[in-house]
Order: sequence, then C-alpha cells, then structure tokens
Amino acid sequence: MSTLVGTPPTTNPALSTAAVNPRPFRLVRHSLALAKRSLIKTWRTPEALIDVTLQPVLFLIIFVYIFGGAVAGSTHDYLQFLLPGILAQTIATGAIAIGVNLNTDIAKGIFDRFRSLPIPRSAPLVGAVLGDVVRYVIVTVSTLAIGYLMGFRIDTDPFRAIAGCLLAVLFALCLSWLPVYVSMKVRTPGAVQGLMFALIMPLSFASNVFVGADTLPGWMQAFVDVNPMTHLVASVRGLFLGTPLDSHVWWTLAWCAGFVAVFMPLALRAYRKKI
Amino acid sequence: MVSGDRRTLWDMTTDLVIEAEGLVKTFGKTRALQGVDLAVPRGTVLGVLGPNGAGKTTAVRILSTLLTPDAGSARIGGFDVVRDAERVRQSIGLTGQYASVDEDLTGRQNLELFGTLLELGRAGARRRAAELLDWFDLTDAANRQAKTYSGGMRRRLDLAASLVGSPDVIFLDEPTTGLDPAKREDMWDVVRTLVTNGSTVLLTTQYLEEADALADAITVIDHGRVIAHDTPEGLKRVVGGQTLEVRPSDLADLPRIATILSEVGSGAQADEIRKGVLAVPVTDDTALTESVARFAAAGISVTELSLHLPSLDEVFFTLTGRTASEDDTTSRVEVAA
Repeated sequence: MSTLVGTPPTTNPALSTAAVNPRPFRLVRHSLALAKRSLIKTWRTPEALIDVTLQPVLFLIIFVYIFGGAVAGSTHDYLQFLLPGILAQTIATGAIAIGVNLNTDIAKGIFDRFRSLPIPRSAPLVGAVLGDVVRYVIVTVSTLAIGYLMGFRIDTDPFRAIAGCLLAVLFALCLSWLPVYVSMKVRTPGAVQGLMFALIMPLSFASNVFVGADTLPGWMQAFVDVNPMTHLVASVRGLFLGTPLDSHVWWTLAWCAGFVAVFMPLALRAYRKKI
Repeated sequence: MVSGDRRTLWDMTTDLVIEAEGLVKTFGKTRALQGVDLAVPRGTVLGVLGPNGAGKTTAVRILSTLLTPDAGSARIGGFDVVRDAERVRQSIGLTGQYASVDEDLTGRQNLELFGTLLELGRAGARRRAAELLDWFDLTDAANRQAKTYSGGMRRRLDLAASLVGSPDVIFLDEPTTGLDPAKREDMWDVVRTLVTNGSTVLLTTQYLEEADALADAITVIDHGRVIAHDTPEGLKRVVGGQTLEVRPSDLADLPRIATILSEVGSGAQADEIRKGVLAVPVTDDTALTESVARFAAAGISVTELSLHLPSLDEVFFTLTGRTASEDDTTSRVEVAA
C-alpha cells in the first residue's frame, strides 16, 4: 500500500471533451459494452447455462422415447414433430434467466454504480438483454445437435432452417423484456423465477408443442390459436420441415413487436423509478 | 450552453462545489431526511457524521442523482442534481455500501468496463485501468474475479472504479466501515492524496476519529436533520476533545501519574475512569509525548497510554442529550406518533 501515497494518475482529458461533445450512438455503444459484461459473466459461470443445454436434451429424450410411440406411432415421426416445439419451449424458458440475474444484480449494487455514470439510463437493461442472445444461440445449437444425434433431419433447405433458428432467437430476445419487467417489480430472484414459470408453462403446454392443436378440446383451441408459442412453433416447423406456414411467421413477428412495445417501456420506467 | 455559462458564473460568485438546501426524503412512513443543508467548498472534505439510519446514505444518494428529493434542492458544481442530472454524473464518483463492482468480472475487466462507459476509448480505458490498478496496489490481483478479493482489496477496487473518470467530486459512503485499523489508515491516505490533487470529497462516517482525521468541516446528522456543523476543532470544543488515558503497571503509581497528567493536560483533574485507568482531557497532541517523557523521568512504567476522541455515542450525548444507539427506538416512536 506504500504506493498509495504517491501521485494519483492524472486527469484524463478525454473525459471533459466527451462531456461537452458526446460521441454519437451512445446507447448502442454503451449497451454493447454492457452486453460484453453479460457475456463475460456467462463465460465465467458456465453452470448458469444448464437450463439452456440440459433441458432440451432431457425433454427430447423423455418425450420422444416415452410418448413418441403412443402419440405418433413411431419415435422418429414424433421427434420430427416435437423438436421445433422443444426448441421454442426451451428458448422461452431460457429467457427467464435474465429476470433472475437482473434481480440479483440490482440487489448487489452494481446497478447503482451504472446509474451514477453519465450513460443512457436504459443502457444496462438493453445491454443485459442483448448479452443473452448468446444463450439463445446455445439453446438452438444444443437442441438441434441432440436432435440430430437422435435422428432428426431438416426437410427444407439451410436458408429456411437458419431463418427458423433466427426467428426463435428473436422471439426470446423480445419476450425477455417481460421477465426484465417482472424483475423490476418483485423482490427476490426466486419470485421472478416462480412467476415466470407460471406464465411460460401454460403457454408451452396449451399449444402445438407436444400434440397437434386439432386434438385439443374446442375451448382450449381458442387459447391455442392466439398463443404466441403456437405461432412460433408452427413457423419453425414450417421452416424446418416444410409444413404449411400460413400466416404464422407474421403472427410471430407481431407478437415479438408486441412484447417489445409493451414490456420494454414498462421495464425502463420501472427501472428508472426503482430505488 | 446556458448551463455552461451558469457554471462559470457560479465559480466566480462562490466556490461551493456541493450545495444542498432543505433536502427532504420520505420512504413510506420513514422520514429519512427532514430538511438537510450541506455545503462543501472546492478542494475540501466534508465529513457527514451520524449513526446508522441518520439519513447519511439517503443524502449521498440524492447528491449522486440516484434518488430525487421530495423537497429542497442540491447542486454539484452549479448543476442541479435533478434537472441537470446528466451533467452532474459527468463530474462525480460514488463509492459506498451501494455502488459496487461486478463480482464475476476481474478487477481489470471492471475498470475497463467503466472506462469504456465513460468514453475513454478502448486504449484509454485499458491505460486508465492499468494506472488505477497500479496505484491501488491491485496489479497482482488484476486478473482475478472480484469475488475472490479480500475486504480491503474490494474497497480499493470500489474506490478505483469511482475514480476511472477522474471525477472532480467524490462521494465516499462509509468508506472504512468493516476495515481493520491498518487498512483504514491506508484508505485515509488515499483520500488525503485525492484532496491534495484538487478533488472535493464528501464522506459519511460513524467515527468522529475518521471525520477528524480527514475533514475540513463536519456536519452531524441525526434523524434526518443537521444537529451541528463546524470545523473538527470547533466540534471538539463542544463535545470535548481528546482524552489521554494511562494504565500504570503498578497501581501504587496512580497518585503520581494523576499529578503528572494534571500538569501536561488542560489543567483539569485526572479521573480514574475505569479500574486502574486514569484519564485527563488534553488540548494538544504534544501532551502524549510530554507525558511519556515525564513518566520516564519519574521512573514510572505504564502498560497502556493512548489518546482518544469521544465516540459517536459520546458526541451524540453531548449534542442531543441522548446516545446514538437510543436513536433507532426514538425515531420509530416519532414516526409512529
């Protein structure tokens, strides 16, 4: 500690210039810097990726080999049908983690440091949301990889397959503003987790993820038809397997826009008000 | 432009860098601040002294733009903390129980992140991080995750993080709470160096000793109100200055020690404050060395000899007639009433 009595590092002139002349695209640059922070954290704590790696594997194995024969007559046919659904379900539950992490972060005080810096107030949230894209990519890759090992094959072409993957990632990215908002409103990380599972589970089961929607009772079909998960699964199925797309991609994009339009402003407002 | 002009004007008329009038903040039924005024001239240290729950942290959070006051106003370098919050954030550094670092990142990654966010550029952020790591003696630990740091290293990293942007104004919220005495002295040296280099510092503390060691002026807060504002010397005149305490090896020496103490001290009678410990109020620091010389000359050996400032409890008792530890209960009663 003897060095401490020496002269402190000199004032950096870059700061005062920045103060007068903020460089353009601050929100983008600051959000990206903070997204990098999320990536480093993910990299440093790989056990936090269990939800996005193990879950699709378990679900595929359990559902394909236990229910496949009964539901579709053959495990391979059911795997083809189920994989897009499992991808959608896992990526949606993977979006819950951001809410849990943000709730933890805010309790620890790092966000107070961010709030005392001359950066756009939304940058820490936008950065965290963007940083989680890598998680969604990992979900997609691990789901497709285990699917391939089990015998899943894409029936269309690589372009449509990639489009399907991107649509799923975009869906999670937009949906994640909901858990971000919830994390600003509830007290504990556990509460975020519990509340979000209670929301996501009905969405993924009352849908076309596991069985065709036409096998469900009529009253439930009404819900299934508007369920954003149904549209996402039908879109991915169409893009992977060539089944009819109808207007499912458009409905999925509309839901994505809706999530952002509603929950992003709510989350940002709650964040600004949060003490 | 307008605010830029106002800042110049401000500098010419008065050199108060931190200024707050009538700050009020209520959380539910808790009245955290009930009209607090603060003023810190450029290049000085203000010590805000008070017990837990006095409102110190709330005041710092308002001044650092993390909270908006319910009433009253505050300016940093002439910029209003509510209306010009963005400008205020460009000139402040915040270190405390709340403004922390990311434990999953290494020390270096933390500092580089803040450098990037402060527009230092990639190379600038890297250079600044290296400088600060070096200055805070953290270079060896730079590439370890912050969660592996010891308490003292954590504090240094926290403080380094708040200095990345070379702020003019630094808020230190209880910077040494929980540190052992040696680490505390190190932190004091850092604060002194910062002030020597022109920074203005507001620090909150629960220790009169710390405020006395660092501050040019001390504001005492209780129940969200300022109950005293003075220089350390002025405050010590009110609450009583230092006391010289002596524990002789041989109790038989007590009378002779009492005589010497009365002579080196302020003239007051020495009291036996605890069994076998004599104490006398002293007015200047030479009393300690002088008494050592006198004891040696008289052939008296002592096992303990020390100078003490009044504790926070004693300060509060003198100023309010109550002890600081009673405050929590009293405040609850008042709130309920």
